[in-house]
Amino acid sequence: MTALLEVSGVTVSFDGFRAINNLTFSIGMAELRAIIGPNGAGKSTFMDIVTGKTKPDAGSVTFGERSVSLLKLTESEIARAGIGRKFQRPTVFEDQTVTENLTLALRAARSPWAVLAWRAKAADQTRIAALAAQVGLADHLPRKAGELSHGQKQWLEIAMLLAQEPRLLLVDEPAAGMTLAERERTTDLLVEIARTRAVVVVEHDMEFVRRLNCRVTVLHEGAVLAEGSLDHVTKNQDVIDVYLGRG
Amino acid sequence: MRLVLACLLTLICALPLRAETAADILTANAELVTKASRQTIGPVIDALAASGDPAAALVLEAWADKRLGLRKSDGGFVLLTPDADGYALRDLAGADAGRAAKSEITELKPNAGVRGLIATALVQFTLSDPDPARRRAALESIAKDPKPEALAPLRASIALETDPALFAQKQRLERLLTLRFDPSSAERIKAINSFGADLGLDLRGALNPLLATTRIAVAGDPPADSNIARPLKTGRDLTDTEAYDLLVAAKLAPARLTLEAQRTALVANLSGGAVGGIALADLNTQTARDRAYTALETAGAVPQAATDDEATAALAAHRFYDIYTEADPAVTTAATAALKSIGQKVAAMQAADLALDAMSLASIYFLAAIGLAITFGVMGVINMAHGEFITMGAYTGYVVQLYVPDYTASILIALPLAFAVTFAAGVTMERLVIRHLYKRPLETLLATFGISIALQQILKNVFGTQARPLTSPAWLDGALSLNDVVQVSYIRIAIFVLALLFLTFFLWLMKRTRLGLEVRAVTQNPTMAASMGINPDRINMLTFGLGSGIAGIAGVAIGLFAKVTSELGTDYIVQSFMTVVVGGVGNIWGALAGATMIGGFQKVIEFLNPSNTLAAQTYMILFIILFIQIRPRGIIALRGRAAGD
Amino acid sequence: MRKTFLTRSPSVLIFLSLLALFTLTITLASQGYGAGLVSTSFVKTLGKTLCLCLAALAMDLVWGYAGILSLGHMAFFALGGYMIGMWLMYARTEEIVVASLANGDLPATAQEIGQGIVTQIFGVVGASDLPLIWGAAHSLPLQLALVVALPGLLALVFGWLAFRSRVTGVYLSILTQAMTLALALYLFQNDSGLRGNNGLSGLQNLPYVTASQDVVTLWFFWASAAALGLTYLMLAWIVAGKFGSVIRAIRDDEARVRFLGYSVESYKLFLFTLTAILSAIAGALYYPQAGIINPAELAPIASIYLAVWVAIGGRGRLYGAVIGAAFVSLLSSWFTGGRAPSIPLGFGTLNWVDWWQVLLGLSFVAVTLFAPKGIGGLFDRLAHVRAPDRKGAPLGPDDGSLQEREATE
Repeated sequence: MTALLEVSGVTVSFDGFRAINNLTFSIGMAELRAIIGPNGAGKSTFMDIVTGKTKPDAGSVTFGERSVSLLKLTESEIARAGIGRKFQRPTVFEDQTVTENLTLALRAARSPWAVLAWRAKAADQTRIAALAAQVGLADHLPRKAGELSHGQKQWLEIAMLLAQEPRLLLVDEPAAGMTLAERERTTDLLVEIARTRAVVVVEHDMEFVRRLNCRVTVLHEGAVLAEGSLDHVTKNQDVIDVYLGRG
Repeated sequence: MRLVLACLLTLICALPLRAETAADILTANAELVTKASRQTIGPVIDALAASGDPAAALVLEAWADKRLGLRKSDGGFVLLTPDADGYALRDLAGADAGRAAKSEITELKPNAGVRGLIATALVQFTLSDPDPARRRAALESIAKDPKPEALAPLRASIALETDPALFAQKQRLERLLTLRFDPSSAERIKAINSFGADLGLDLRGALNPLLATTRIAVAGDPPADSNIARPLKTGRDLTDTEAYDLLVAAKLAPARLTLEAQRTALVANLSGGAVGGIALADLNTQTARDRAYTALETAGAVPQAATDDEATAALAAHRFYDIYTEADPAVTTAATAALKSIGQKVAAMQAADLALDAMSLASIYFLAAIGLAITFGVMGVINMAHGEFITMGAYTGYVVQLYVPDYTASILIALPLAFAVTFAAGVTMERLVIRHLYKRPLETLLATFGISIALQQILKNVFGTQARPLTSPAWLDGALSLNDVVQVSYIRIAIFVLALLFLTFFLWLMKRTRLGLEVRAVTQNPTMAASMGINPDRINMLTFGLGSGIAGIAGVAIGLFAKVTSELGTDYIVQSFMTVVVGGVGNIWGALAGATMIGGFQKVIEFLNPSNTLAAQTYMILFIILFIQIRPRGIIALRGRAAGD
Repeated sequence: MRKTFLTRSPSVLIFLSLLALFTLTITLASQGYGAGLVSTSFVKTLGKTLCLCLAALAMDLVWGYAGILSLGHMAFFALGGYMIGMWLMYARTEEIVVASLANGDLPATAQEIGQGIVTQIFGVVGASDLPLIWGAAHSLPLQLALVVALPGLLALVFGWLAFRSRVTGVYLSILTQAMTLALALYLFQNDSGLRGNNGLSGLQNLPYVTASQDVVTLWFFWASAAALGLTYLMLAWIVAGKFGSVIRAIRDDEARVRFLGYSVESYKLFLFTLTAILSAIAGALYYPQAGIINPAELAPIASIYLAVWVAIGGRGRLYGAVIGAAFVSLLSSWFTGGRAPSIPLGFGTLNWVDWWQVLLGLSFVAVTLFAPKGIGGLFDRLAHVRAPDRKGAPLGPDDGSLQEREATE
């Protein structure tokens, strides 16, 4: 299986502090992967690097069959290349309706001229309706996103990600602030999505990770500490030390 | 002529003094004196000057003032003091000699040339006058308008000089006159070389005339005795038109036909609606007019004008030179060399002067921006009314001076008072407006702009539109001058010192006091600071008040050298923002670096393009826009969490 | 069933009909073509106000919709005025010079006419050659193209530099202000080629037109109204579509828009340039009515006023910009024109010419603090639109995002 995303030897430091230290990571074309690690392990920085928000001091990040380097691309170019990102806190456009939010995310040409000429076709409307239905927002299409509940915003954001049709999805703590039932639905949805594309889930909650039932990468001090099934890594002595404190 | 006179003077001065009184000399030369002319009277005046008679000065002065007369009755010379109906008379020694009616006296009225000679002769007396002030005045008048005639009396007076300062001054002036007027080239070159790379403006003023040139055009080789500065090449050193004009002026070529002359000629030869066979209506292009004129030339109706080909040929047949008016090449070479070495030193000094200028401009920008660096940099509050706070400070100074006439005292009162006034204004503004707009920088910008226009108009209504005086104490007038190139006015030094004081004060406040600690805490993490028992509201209020108060003090300082109008602050607001942005937000060193860079850059552009300070500002702003491309966060950028990204 | 653009935005139709009605009324009451109830100078004021409304529309698009507080749009406005002014002045001078040379003994050559024009126009700044930038001044089409091209190009270059280095928020505001100042200072020089602080004058005289000022004024009034109507229609169409959605998203949270794959910089550049061009067109219509343009028109304060109008009218709604600009500028000319009655107070007289600025400044602070929706908020009240309850949180993390009180539910 060829890798979709290859991160190798990446190092980044802020004012002398090494947030990421010679990190190497790869993920396949259709794979679900969980990344866990204590606070300050570099999980967010890792996602910042992949999505282009932070430029690393050293190392390479390549994406896709033709191994395009992501380091020279801007955030928007990386997004167009097929990497979607869901933030920890739901970030939807609160002044706009659910339909408008989904329309923004819908896969289509992104240049100003193209957007100016863009008109919703029947297929687009069907697609928006389907996406909204998939996340249970079918009845809320004309409402402003700002009025939705926290959980609904999370769902809306996930629907927006799906509308982008990314090949790689980076999801930061998707279950935060969700009810138990919503968590289960989220898990199912993520597993479902991962059948056709790569999904990286950053998560604190071990129970959630266990339900995802996938390979786990443990980050610590900006580097990979262990990788494998959840059972495998939880038996790893280093991981136990890090999580339970050195002692 | 002058040279001859100078020679004569030197010669006569060298003669042994004859024990004759002024009266004797005048009487002996009565014929010459009464019909004095510039050409003939020289020896008499010189004899008077050399007589050693103390009355000679008196006589010469009276003569120049048209107060010397001839008594018709005995032909004796008398000094006149005109009054209502005649003259009060004194003899040549100054003693009273009775009165005389107008008709009894022949007034001597020397012409301007003679008066000039007398004045030169008098110089010798004033140069040796017992009163040092008069000697100094005489020296200064010679230095202001150097004449060859002054050289001899000056030389004569040096030996007699007792005052050391005047002695040095006389010596220097003697060298300066020697290098210009001494008949011996060797002496002049020696004088030139005696100065080395002296920076005095007087030296450059004396050297430059030696190198004055005139432009000549010659058909063959230049005259053998001419001192050629450089040969000129048309196209490189002078344009073809200039060169041809030289030829015309030297009558070496006929004048060219100007468009105006052509027009007049055509109009004059207009007959039957056509000129030279070309219809009047067709003369609306230059080529048609040229053809018409050529036709007239062929017909002999107008004089031949030089054609382009002839002009080119004339230019090719002649050579052009810059010729020194000074005939001796050795002198011009020495002067050139001296000016060159002076030029190098002047350039170095100018660089130093520029640096000082830049530094003082930087301290003004720093003073204006330091308050902003606090409110905008530390608190993230953009205060468009900052400029009006500066204005308020300046007006506070003006009002204080209305009540306290002593300038030193009034400035000392105005500084803290301006701080108090603008501190209060700042705190009021923070309480009423800005507090409600934290985290909304764009709204803050617009709201404070509203305050800015309101304040500006209020100030205009109260103080009027004309500039108000804010006078600096007398001890701040004048300039510290290191030499003729480098000068710094005391007021700029004072502002520089003030800027330094504020830098120190700010550093002390932020790093060494409880308030500074709390300010830093609130800036970095207001929530955490609040949970530590710090009241962020109070800290924000104080910080804003502090920033505004410093603006007031800056206003007093700026008001001392700028015009105090209600628009004073507006002139500084954009520069101040630029200073903070270029330097890097949230850091006093950033404001310092920004001010230094902007001040320096502006001075350098002004130096390169001195005629145009407006362009300097344009270029500076363009430069800043480009600079932000390279360092978007300013020179001294905070990274990581403190940068707030 | 899809709703058409106009039925979705009823305000556009209302606005356009009101504008048409207004134009018709003024025309019928004018001295040029109507009953003579309204003086020509007042028609001029109204025409100029329409141009200011047009500039305010541009400002609203760039600030109200996209959150870019540009303090440089009046510079583009003035540049547009300069570009049209160059043709007006050149052509008018040419007309005069040709007429005066026609009385000469010989028919004038092209050089003589050219020299005459240069002497007439540039005598005041002591120049004897036609500056390079006047190269196209003889041609109306070229100069009209420059009205759009020069400010557009300047905005493109400046915007590219600024947005590329991700200058946002107040930094961008200050930078645009600096740009305006730089341009103004440049134009103040005598050797800028645009007559330094003399500026261009006599622009109200259309060359080769014999109609009276009463009539010419109405032509410009119509042109301004038409430009305003067309621009309103175009901008309403732009903001109603997906493009409007994108730029509002950029206003509230530009980082998120980037992660959706939109090149935020391109959008900002597009908007900045488009609105600069619109401002320039507004300026090109304004200055022939004003008659004179000089570098003082580029003072940074003018651009801030533009923002003030939009804010007072209510940003983020097109009619708000128009109302704000019309209301404040008309009120301003009423107060500063000395027509407002002075108020006698016990200790003195409140003279509005002196105190209007103070009132304007303070009312602006009040609007910012207490009524961020501006005058547009009144319409919301009439339509029973309420602000959402967001516990004081704005709609997005960015500096330009809407505040809770500006949003509608």
